[in-house]
Amino acid sequence: MASVQYRAKSMLLAELVSGMALTLKYFFRPKVTLNYPYEKGPLSPRFRGEHALRRYPNGEERCIACKLCEAICPAQAITIEAEPREDGSRRTTRYDIDMTKCIYCGFCQEACPVDAIVEGPNFEFATETREELFYNKDKLLSNGDRWEVEISRNLTADAPYR
Amino acid sequence: MEFVDTYVIPGAIIVAQILAVVVPLLVAVAYLTYFERKVIGAIQLRKGPNVVGPFGLFQPFADALKLLSKETILPAGANKIIFLLAPMLTFVLSLIAWAVIPFGEGMVLADINVGVLYLFAISSLGVYGVIMSGWASNSKYAFLGALRSAAQMVSYEVSIGFVIITVLLCVGSLNLTAIVEAQRTVWFAIPLLPMFVVFFISALAETNRAPFDLPEGESELVAGYFVEYSSMSFALFFLGEYANMILMSGITVVLFLGGWLPPFDIAPFNWVPGPIWFMLKISLILFVFLWVRATFPRYRYDQLMRLGWKVFLPLSLLWVVITAGVLVAFDWVP
Repeated sequence: MASVQYRAKSMLLAELVSGMALTLKYFFRPKVTLNYPYEKGPLSPRFRGEHALRRYPNGEERCIACKLCEAICPAQAITIEAEPREDGSRRTTRYDIDMTKCIYCGFCQEACPVDAIVEGPNFEFATETREELFYNKDKLLSNGDRWEVEISRNLTADAPYR
Repeated sequence: MEFVDTYVIPGAIIVAQILAVVVPLLVAVAYLTYFERKVIGAIQLRKGPNVVGPFGLFQPFADALKLLSKETILPAGANKIIFLLAPMLTFVLSLIAWAVIPFGEGMVLADINVGVLYLFAISSLGVYGVIMSGWASNSKYAFLGALRSAAQMVSYEVSIGFVIITVLLCVGSLNLTAIVEAQRTVWFAIPLLPMFVVFFISALAETNRAPFDLPEGESELVAGYFVEYSSMSFALFFLGEYANMILMSGITVVLFLGGWLPPFDIAPFNWVPGPIWFMLKISLILFVFLWVRATFPRYRYDQLMRLGWKVFLPLSLLWVVITAGVLVAFDWVP
């Protein structure tokens, strides 16, 4: 009896038709596509995107060349050289991040005692050549100037949780 | 003057008629790819192409431009002549079958009395394009794809043959216009429903569409018989394959869904001209083609052969006998 039922079902394509009914139902469902370059999804304040070196409000750079970020970087993507500036304060002369090595773990911003190196909300920094991804200090500082508003807003938003 | 009257003018009319069929057909092929991406996208909760032009409507042209600007690669080991001949053959065969398809009352290029035989012959020849390309490519994937494809097309042609015979028994003519006219009272899809389903599924297998697309199974054969093709030669295969889909839908509509006839011969329906009905019905069948593709996983080779030879062949043979028996018993033979 069971086999007769099975045969009848397979002859009437019962399962195929129910499958097609399901896909037809989905055909009319609202679409989940995000029109990416025109629409963007929400980002967490903790999002770890492109790096930036921040400045104090008076324009002085925050980084004091403690090299903690260089030390903690698991990918060894950060290279720092430092010497005292004319006014005697300790500053970096070279601050490079190899963005092709970076694994975006966020340890550098965790290690930083002065919130100088941060990973900002920007993730659209694709380049056409590999060389453009070897960021130097100028590039990082200009990133900081460009994204300061978003970065400081994210840091304030995340502050209660850390 | 006599030369102009007897040769030039009729020749020009024939060329114009051919262009009037082929140009809309190629546009239809282009938009079938767009339609396919939209329908499958919608079923998978995506939007499909929507960037190039309004609603992505220029996407097919962008794709065509991209394809044609690529380099044509001739593999070193390939048999060059056959290699280049195969896509042309596939493409031409998918177009010439349209000569006998009636688009409306009297709107047919060649109203011949062996229309069905002609269609059957042309669709059988389609296998040659596949075998030639698979053989000439001199590549194992292309070769295996071609073998599968050929075996599949030949197997399903058998049951398609029997299905066509049941229709012919009900019509009493091989002329496609007569077949459509015979459906004035009722479309054959209703009395011959099982055969309609068998024909549709065989049409899927015949055109190598999902769920019978194992000749081009990406996971094992890369792309099937046209792996080695690129640019224009690939475009011809692609056009041929999609034109074949439209052709099989057209044949399904002519044989089972009353061709250009409106669904009911009453006021709002019979105002719409026949070719529009024909196109609407073809679009419906094509939608089901895509819907099936978005729904079902691929068949395994042995399952495919089992379905073709052990299910469809006996079933269609049985229906030939039943149809003939009913026709004789009630004295309905046309």
